[in-house]
Amino acid sequence: MGMFRLRGGTSLSDREFREIVKESSEPRARYSMTAGQAYSRFFEGLKNGVILGTVCDSCGMVFIPPKIYCPYCFRSVSRWVESSGEGKVFTAVASYISADVKPLDKPEIVAVIKLDVPGYRFDNYRFPGIMHRICNASDEDVKTQRIFDARVRARWLPKEKRTGSINDIECFEVVWG
Amino acid sequence: MRFNLRVKNRVAVIGAGLTLFRRRLLETPQEMVWIAASRALEQAGLDFRDIDCVISGSAPDAFDGVHLKGEYYSEGAGVVGKPHIRVYVGGGTGVFVPVAAWWYVASGLCRRALVVAEEKMSSAAEPHPQAVFRHIWDPLVEKPLNPNLIWIFALEMHRYMHKCRVSKEDIALVSVKNKRNALDHPSAQAAADITVDDVLNSPMLVYPVNRLDISPVSDGAAALVMVSEEWARRYTDNPIWVAGIGFTLDTTSWTNRELSFPVYVRNAAEMAYRMAGIDNPVKSIDVVEPYDPFDYKELHHLEGLGLAPRCGAAKLTREGVTARDGDLPTCPSGGLLGVGNPIAAAGLMKVAEIFWQLRGEAGARQVKNDPVTGLAQAWGDLMQAGTVIILRR
Repeated sequence: MGMFRLRGGTSLSDREFREIVKESSEPRARYSMTAGQAYSRFFEGLKNGVILGTVCDSCGMVFIPPKIYCPYCFRSVSRWVESSGEGKVFTAVASYISADVKPLDKPEIVAVIKLDVPGYRFDNYRFPGIMHRICNASDEDVKTQRIFDARVRARWLPKEKRTGSINDIECFEVVWG
Repeated sequence: MRFNLRVKNRVAVIGAGLTLFRRRLLETPQEMVWIAASRALEQAGLDFRDIDCVISGSAPDAFDGVHLKGEYYSEGAGVVGKPHIRVYVGGGTGVFVPVAAWWYVASGLCRRALVVAEEKMSSAAEPHPQAVFRHIWDPLVEKPLNPNLIWIFALEMHRYMHKCRVSKEDIALVSVKNKRNALDHPSAQAAADITVDDVLNSPMLVYPVNRLDISPVSDGAAALVMVSEEWARRYTDNPIWVAGIGFTLDTTSWTNRELSFPVYVRNAAEMAYRMAGIDNPVKSIDVVEPYDPFDYKELHHLEGLGLAPRCGAAKLTREGVTARDGDLPTCPSGGLLGVGNPIAAAGLMKVAEIFWQLRGEAGARQVKNDPVTGLAQAWGDLMQAGTVIILRR
């Protein structure tokens, strides 16, 4: 194959890699994102301690977080609805690492929560659901799967600390029965 | 879904090539593409000058750190003066590239296409290539929770375990099988002879995911040569035909649906089966390379493809049906868990494996059931994209 020995490529150890790196750069890009029509009202709701969604009358699906259109029926949504701020744990995990893969002192419990919307019923195929932290459960509750289907309720930050963010919900608390 | 099956040209695969898959390669993206493409052309008996179109795929630009990655690496595929297109559906990209190449050759626009996929994840060195994935979440309602990428897989895996009554031991068997299969793959990065206990005792990251449930971070490239029937007949006596393609999408709102079953894979598979005239996939598919970035995903995807009953893939694995010498050899290459996971290149490696298996050229990895029809599948993005290709000899 000529003057370069190609083989399948040249494997490098971690040390070799560090020795031969030629360029190192850290792109600094700060993004400033608008929230759009649906999320802007959703975040305003969170500031007031309310979880808002939109409903499609064609299929009965409720979107939380809200959308301005129904992606399944290809039409505009019909109106706003409110979740009771309660729901059930659909799936949950125990994270022993942070976002940048550093070990955590105490595992963080994270779940997908299937939210209640009074007046609406949902099967498990599609439903209003969000990802959030669970504050009063242990990794044992996760490993034993005791936490599946547990009832949870939003725990809100004090009103003066809310900023109109998903983190205005501090976490969801399990209502152990 | 209806679609028009009257196409101008049948499309054949006549060559495949790979680089090594490694945690860190010396070669640049262009050089990796050059190596994989040269090997595929060599097998096909063509030269770069014979190629009239280049179709490529790669994951987010942020890995390589060059924000016109397709235009950057494609010179290694001999692109100058030729049409080039790059396609992208996250992890589904590697199987999407030959799907896209099929459009161009089947339509008659291109006759001899070079198909390449590349990933240079080691460039995103600090703090870890995984950090790039922090920017795939919904920027407004998910990213502020400071998620780790593994969360989404752990949440899906645990839902699957709960709904299907599948144990971590059952799932670990997939990692054991694939890493062992990879011992026979010359490009493999993570081949190993390990036990279920090794997987269960590896570091716990996000329960239920341990370190050895996950494929590694990799550099690597893969290439195919895909040509029209007329040209296939000139170059080879044993072309491998593209019998079916499928690709579908769901929304990014992954928290609003049943995670235990991949509907997006089922939809893509149905599209491909219809095109290939397959009404009983269990009977028709002889060898399969489902996407396995995590071990549970192989089970999940076998069910999505209709090759295992819903919640039934763990049983097939336990009984050896999915072993290389079983009735449904699954990931005989060693998969992403064993060969490695340079994202787009890993998906295309799976298509290359099906090509070699159908030609009887897989060497020590050759399956024993004299396969006629094989399938490769990949999944991508926020539990939403399915890509499928069916090859037949």
